[in-house]
Amino acid sequence: MADDNDGYILKVSDLCVKMQNQILLDHISFNVTKGTTLAVLGPNGAGKTMLFRTLLNLVPHTGSIEWVEKAEIGYVPQYVTVSDVPMTVREFLSMGSGISVGDALDMVRLTNAGIEDKRLGVLSGGQLRRVLIAWALSGSPNVLLLDEPTTGVDMDSEEPIYLLLNEIKKKQKITILLITHNIHIVQEYTDDLLALNKCVTFYGPSSDIAKHEVQHQIHGGPVCVETTRRVP
Amino acid sequence: MVLEKMALVGDALSHVALPGLALGTLLHFNPYIGALAFLFVTAIIIWQIQRTTKISFEALVGAMFTLALALGILLYGNELEALEEALFGDISQVTLMSAGIAAVVCVVAIVLTKVIYDKLVLVMISEDLAVSKGIKVARTNLLYLFLVSVVVAIGIQIVGTLLVGFLVIVPAIAAKNLSTYMKRYALLSAVFGIIAASGGVLLWNFVSFNLPFPGPMVVFVGIAIFVVSLIINWRLKITS
Repeated sequence: MADDNDGYILKVSDLCVKMQNQILLDHISFNVTKGTTLAVLGPNGAGKTMLFRTLLNLVPHTGSIEWVEKAEIGYVPQYVTVSDVPMTVREFLSMGSGISVGDALDMVRLTNAGIEDKRLGVLSGGQLRRVLIAWALSGSPNVLLLDEPTTGVDMDSEEPIYLLLNEIKKKQKITILLITHNIHIVQEYTDDLLALNKCVTFYGPSSDIAKHEVQHQIHGGPVCVETTRRVP
Repeated sequence: MVLEKMALVGDALSHVALPGLALGTLLHFNPYIGALAFLFVTAIIIWQIQRTTKISFEALVGAMFTLALALGILLYGNELEALEEALFGDISQVTLMSAGIAAVVCVVAIVLTKVIYDKLVLVMISEDLAVSKGIKVARTNLLYLFLVSVVVAIGIQIVGTLLVGFLVIVPAIAAKNLSTYMKRYALLSAVFGIIAASGGVLLWNFVSFNLPFPGPMVVFVGIAIFVVSLIINWRLKITS
């Protein structure tokens, strides 16, 4: 367990995942400070989703993952199968949550949308992502893991979701780890950045992404960096 | 099974019961106990291979059902009448005792399904989502396969191994045509299954068309329900 007093909610050290003789995550080390947002960036197949699945302890790995003792994790996966399921928003949010459907929808500003009795499969991309975030929040987590939270959402609806997440983070003092491909989102809405390409290609403050050498580090090729230093 | 896109798995699984039915007939014990035992053992084998190799359920069930069919036909040998009964079912041979046992088993299956219902739905929506909530997906899948095996073993008595897939698939797809929420879907599936089974047997009593068993009539009634549900959905656009 990570020490609760050093301000970190998660410490990852020398994390490796290997499957069928293929290295999927290669000596990953980073820390996440409580109440901050960490962006995970990288090309397709870089191991971003694999990292989240490993953090959820779904994948065999070596190295260490230390959550603080009181870490309650809410997870929003990138893909869900809802198009063919005859299930309403009310039924979905009622499953295993500790709060009312109204309160859950209120958290993601969907109270007046009139979607409680709509099927999950007919929701717009933005509404579905908000419902999934509401579901993750209904378990009163202090950490949110969001795998590309704006998948299937048009560009106009993308920013409001990140604004909402920022608001929730501040109000509920939640730590957020999110996977994104959007550099603008990284700059505007996250505190720290972990760029992956199997190994760590950049780890530092998100604001550094504007720097030319950091851009080159992330996109210029698989140049791995040591990540033992603390995020400033 | 329909929502999990495994409708034909339910159908193929039913054929796995054939060697169990044959052993029961040959060794003079209740064939449906043999069927259930074979279904359970096959469910465990499929579950274990699927966990370790990640081969799909459909492919594994496909391999197992052809093996079981071959084994069943081999065991029946010249007992063609018994084989015919196993393939097409014969509700007239069901005793009051076995009907009572079937009713109790059905109640247990319904209660267990209710217990794991939320878990099953979450696994269906996203396995990762389910695991992140602490759900043991492999264990839930195994229990689910057991429950399907129980339902199939009971259904075999009415429509036989060849047609029991109907009871797994058709009432569920008819219910899906008329459902926007899960509770209605579950309730309508059960109601349509009951109407198809009892309606088919009653119809066979009145107009048998020289059929020795009521199985085909059960299927015809079920398909009629499905067609009506399709028309209602098309006219009222319930699920669009």
